Amino acid sequence: MSVIVYTESENGKFKKNAHEVASYATKVAQQMGTTATAVSINCSENETLGDYGISKVLNVQDDSLKPFNAKAFADVLASAISSENATVLIVSSSSDAKYMAPLLAAKLKAGYVPNVVTAPESTSPFQVKRTAFSNKGFAHTEITTEIKIIGVSNNAFGTIENKTDITVEDFSVDVDSNFKTKSTNIDKVVGKATIADADIVVSAGRGLKGPENWGMIEELADVLGAATACSKPVSDLGWRPHGEHVGQTGKPVASNLYIAIGISGAIQHLAGVSASKTKVVINNDPEAPFFKAADYGIVGDAFEVVPELIEKLKEFKAQNS
Amino acid sequence: MKVLVCISNVPDTTSKINFTDGDTKFDTNGVQFVINPNDEFGLTRAMWLKEKQGATVHVATVGEANVEPTMRKALAIGADEAIRINAVPTDGFFVAQQLAEVVKKGGYDLVIGGRESIDYNGGMVPGILASLLDMNFVNTCIKLEIDGETITAVREIDGGKETLSTSLPLVVGGQKGLVEESDLRIPNMRGIMMARKKALNVVEPIEGIHATDDKKFDKPAPKGDIKLADNVDELVTLLHNEAKVI
Ligand SMILES: Cc1cc2nc3c(=O)[nH]c(=O)nc-3n(C[C@H](O)[C@H](O)[C@H](O)COP(=O)(O)OP(=O)(O)OC[C@H]3O[C@@H](n4cnc5c(N)ncnc54)[C@H](O)[C@@H]3O)c2cc1C
Ligand SMILES: Nc1ncnc2c1ncn2[C@@H]1O[C@H](COP(=O)(O)O)[C@@H](O)[C@H]1O
Repeated sequence: MSVIVYTESENGKFKKNAHEVASYATKVAQQMGTTATAVSINCSENETLGDYGISKVLNVQDDSLKPFNAKAFADVLASAISSENATVLIVSSSSDAKYMAPLLAAKLKAGYVPNVVTAPESTSPFQVKRTAFSNKGFAHTEITTEIKIIGVSNNAFGTIENKTDITVEDFSVDVDSNFKTKSTNIDKVVGKATIADADIVVSAGRGLKGPENWGMIEELADVLGAATACSKPVSDLGWRPHGEHVGQTGKPVASNLYIAIGISGAIQHLAGVSASKTKVVINNDPEAPFFKAADYGIVGDAFEVVPELIEKLKEFKAQNS
Repeated sequence: MKVLVCISNVPDTTSKINFTDGDTKFDTNGVQFVINPNDEFGLTRAMWLKEKQGATVHVATVGEANVEPTMRKALAIGADEAIRINAVPTDGFFVAQQLAEVVKKGGYDLVIGGRESIDYNGGMVPGILASLLDMNFVNTCIKLEIDGETITAVREIDGGKETLSTSLPLVVGGQKGLVEESDLRIPNMRGIMMARKKALNVVEPIEGIHATDDKKFDKPAPKGDIKLADNVDELVTLLHNEAKVI
């Protein structure tokens, strides 16, 4: 009756969210008086999960599972769930997890609740708290099926250290590698934080006037180790790639720090970024709605404030490193 | 090719969100409902398949009679026929089962839904539907090219995109990128007149599983006042000492 958690990895290393979902699974296992087992696919650092309370890892090493394939990964997890007699599966909010979880839900006749922000409010009945209405509200949702799938929101629960003895068991599943939906190319920025997992996101809007002015935004992001993002019109105008569009109809942002530069703060923009912990706004119009939604701000011209901020942060980093 | 576009009827993106009946229900009072934005991109993509590749395009919604204006709008944009499954869309699993029945009966080759509904943000109906019918599935789809038997789809991944090769029958969870914002169609007078004559068929639901149940809702605590910094030095200090984010 254990709790299973899918800990995602990339090139053999755990993704940032793996330790958060592991911590979450440990918490749920404690609530249910059981233990948490991780399923890890093609990862070479499984022991580190013991730092977050995981007592067992089902270690899958299989070249046919490179790269990620939603259906095949769902098959592996379904098989782990049945072999462990698990009733709860924890996954992250990554694009891969959101691709795979519905397939598993159907396969296992399980209720799936994504965007969960706290540990279960109760485990019998099984009730979780999740965001709904694009962060404008919360729902307290009961999962009524025997098997339950929880998608944990990024950065909502955090990682909790909890040293535990861990055993790593090899686990193999017969994968029919003749996939009907097959990856033919992956085009991904390497060595740069992504909106999905960055601690800090630097975002700019139409106030920047044109794509030629993004140099300072990228530099600011660089200094902070942040991902870059933009408002919807900026990507619609082709100033920035679509993948950077954040908001209700773009990517959701749940970072620790979100810096909005020359963005007015329209309701659709705010809906998608309000899950961020600290929001900072830089705008030359004191009446911009974003000032009502942010924690800190400066009223000023981005073309003056941002270069100065870059300088100050560089000084600050030099002093504090 | 027979295409089904699944349409979720959602509050307009500018809607204020409130709850009623002891915070157990979404308050629809004064709320304008629209085609879910993610589905709107899919519907336009389907129109291109109709115009360029001769596809037949139907739309389906699980909902009560009050969703019909949204369905008429989809017909005015150009869908050939609409199907309403007469049930309250309580949870994603239930909705997917209802749509699966429609897909099976209608013999659709391609089903286009959205990445998520902007109301309950389930992000699960297309995936569950695909799995129930053993159809191929591409989520967060931002490009879809169909060339006879070969389908090339691009999906958004964290930090980039992935190209996939797949085949019909296929279910897609779509979003902006399937078509661009500027390609979206607004119903014109002719479309609206024609929509009145098109079939809007109502079917009764099949028995399904209810997997989740929203017991109660609430809203985020109101935000405290913003702290305005007079200069960049002060901002950096606040972010370091007080917010502890740098
Ligand atoms: C269905 C629908 C869905 C939508 N979804 C999204 C979404 O997901 N994400 C999203 O972002 N938007 C979305 N929108 C669009 C949204 O309504 C706004 O139009 C958009 O967010 C505005 O972008 P912006 O703030 O960059 O531009 P603007 O509203 O034009 O604001 C520019 C801001 O820059 C400031 N500025 C100008 N010059 C300077 C300067 N020199 N220094 C500092 N500040 C300056 C101005 O004061 C202003 O506040 C959606 C709209 C609809 C209808
Ligand atoms: N009640 C519904 N009727 C028809 N399609 C729906 C309904 N709810 C969701 N969908 C489809 O499933 C997608 C994802 O919705 P959801 O899983 O609710 O976030 C939507 O974009 C629609 O395409």
